[in-house]
Amino acid sequence: MLTVKDLFVRVEDKEILKGINLEVNAGEVHAIMGPNGSGKSTLANVIAGKDGYEVTGGSVTMDGMDLLDMSPEERAREGVFLAFQYPVEIPGVSNATFLKTALNEIRKHKGLEELDAMNFLKFMREKMKVVGIDEKLINRPVNQGFSGGEKKRNEIFQLQMLQPKLAVLDETDSGLDIDALKIVSNGVNLFRSKENAVVVVTHYQRLLDYIIPDFVHVLVDGRIVKSGGKELALELEEKGYDWVINPEPAAATV
Amino acid sequence: MSTDLSNVEELAISDYKYGFETDIEMDVVPKGLSEETIRIISAKKNEPEWMLEWRLKAYRHWLTIKHEDQPHWANISYPAVDFQDIIYYAAPKRKIELKSLDEVDPELLKTFEKLGISLQEQKRLTGVAVDAVFDSVSVTTTFKEELSRLGIIFCSMSEAIQEHPELVKKYIGSVVPYTDNFYAALNSAVFTDGSFCYIPKGVRCPMELSTYFRINTSGTGQFERTLLIADEGGYVSYLEGCTAPMRDENQLHAAVVELIAMDDATIKYSTVQNWYPGDKEGKGGIYNFVTKRGACRGNNSKITWTQVETGSAITWKYPSCILQGDNSIGEFYSVAVTNNHQQADTGTKMIHLGKNTKSTIVSKGISAGKSNNSYRGLVKVHKNADNARNFTQCDSLLIGDRCGAHTFPYIEVSNESAKVEHEATTSKIGEDQLFYLRQRGIAQEDAINLIVNGYCKDVFRELPMEFAVEAQKLLSISLEGSVG
Repeated sequence: MLTVKDLFVRVEDKEILKGINLEVNAGEVHAIMGPNGSGKSTLANVIAGKDGYEVTGGSVTMDGMDLLDMSPEERAREGVFLAFQYPVEIPGVSNATFLKTALNEIRKHKGLEELDAMNFLKFMREKMKVVGIDEKLINRPVNQGFSGGEKKRNEIFQLQMLQPKLAVLDETDSGLDIDALKIVSNGVNLFRSKENAVVVVTHYQRLLDYIIPDFVHVLVDGRIVKSGGKELALELEEKGYDWVINPEPAAATV
Repeated sequence: MSTDLSNVEELAISDYKYGFETDIEMDVVPKGLSEETIRIISAKKNEPEWMLEWRLKAYRHWLTIKHEDQPHWANISYPAVDFQDIIYYAAPKRKIELKSLDEVDPELLKTFEKLGISLQEQKRLTGVAVDAVFDSVSVTTTFKEELSRLGIIFCSMSEAIQEHPELVKKYIGSVVPYTDNFYAALNSAVFTDGSFCYIPKGVRCPMELSTYFRINTSGTGQFERTLLIADEGGYVSYLEGCTAPMRDENQLHAAVVELIAMDDATIKYSTVQNWYPGDKEGKGGIYNFVTKRGACRGNNSKITWTQVETGSAITWKYPSCILQGDNSIGEFYSVAVTNNHQQADTGTKMIHLGKNTKSTIVSKGISAGKSNNSYRGLVKVHKNADNARNFTQCDSLLIGDRCGAHTFPYIEVSNESAKVEHEATTSKIGEDQLFYLRQRGIAQEDAINLIVNGYCKDVFRELPMEFAVEAQKLLSISLEGSVG
């Protein structure tokens, strides 16, 4: 479904991604792990189409579509979803209004009828149960005054509402206590199906206890240095990133 | 309330959709201003002697104000207006007195339909009584009979001068005297029409009253004068909308609005101002220099100004409240949008004179393009105004990095028991906010609309429903292409 080929990305003068290759098929969950500053969030943002990144080489395609040639909203309508690490606040715009607008844009794009207020509410109530989100949060302005955990839960609620093809979760576990982590993971697991795929970007193995990946990739300094099954995450947890960064005893490189 | 994005999209195609001109036979007094012009206007309107005298007094006063003494403190700049190059009177030619809508020139009715105010339809469906002012003359007033059964007078100013001279004489200039400022003096001398409304004691006006103003003829200035009186215990909600054709020249609009609320009376005055703002390079557009003031004369009276200002090349306007009666309340809710080369200097004055008077000011400025947007407000608490309260919230939103937002709050307090609060914020539509919305499938322009409408929510909810929808649409047109 998602194919990243030999992707090079710069931010200003700095090369962040240095030839990423990644193949994600429908029905799979991939975890991208790596130390801080390795380029994990850059990869997530480039897939979603955020400004400020210069792609200097390679390609990103989804089901054959050239994502890099599409605006962020076009990618979203085709089914790319990014769960943000730091969801922003939008004062005065209720969560419900925001989601109704987004959902109907996507439905329109798919040639489906837009949901009216009644049907939207019905659909939303079902999804609220799945994520265990409070009605109060739905009527509040988007993310305004939400706790860290509420913001993350809201991201997963949006994932459930919009039902994308490809979900990229950027550090969704950061700032969550264990209960919130379970709820959020549960929301993601219920989302998983044969038709969609999930890319989990995370620093810690902890989240992968709840969202079990099919593949784990270790990203270091803009390159995927190691790939494996779910056991790779456990190994990383045990041995630390140094184990993949310096597999041999430190040679004299200055 | 949810934003209707499909409408926004449809509207996004056009820039200023009210920019058409209506080809209609006009009765025009030649350009220029003199005592003679004023006599002609007064004679055309068949005015009584006292009205002409009042106009001439105002004109003579205006002559004594040096052009350098035009209001200059506003944070705006424009070339001097040539007052001899303006047409002061332009009216659709009418052969007979109009008894019903059927007698109105069909071209004119078409114009109003294009503006989205089919008078016929309004009459039947919405229950909003409409007075429409086309260039200088009020064309038609709907619902008059229904209102008159309640004793409510709602008619054009010209008609009020004929039919209710005692009321006009008593109240005109009592809130905004012609000595008030340069443009108030000019307006008093040459005003051609406007709306008049009187709500008798204890009557609650059962429908929204509404006036649409439109400048059509090239080279005309529009000087309308509106006078609203709510007698003891009366209530009225009044809406005002404005549009003009697109032209290269700058046209002057210098209106005066006076509101008077007696004991226990309430007046809600809402404006959606969409005069032609000029093109993207700043050519043309309306100079909107308006004096609006309300007097809360009676105890427990209340005046609420709500305005959505999206149009005009330059706007200069401060709808104000004089809180004379004890326990009286003044409110000002404003959204002012400037884009391209527009300039706006707007705000309010809350003058606390009575005891336990309260005022609320919520101002939301939005600047885009190369525009400049200023809030200017005065909160004045007189020494006898015990326990006066004011709350001011003044927010500025910037779109892009070539525009300016300015805030000039003045607070003068002469009574120790007063409580005056002022909050101000300035923010930018963040790239992060836009990306967040776009990542959920919402197009950039729609994302901006959503953010801006959220920002203006506190003001929009003060508007009557239909106006709130119109205001949202206008905002989206005004900010078209402001990012990206």
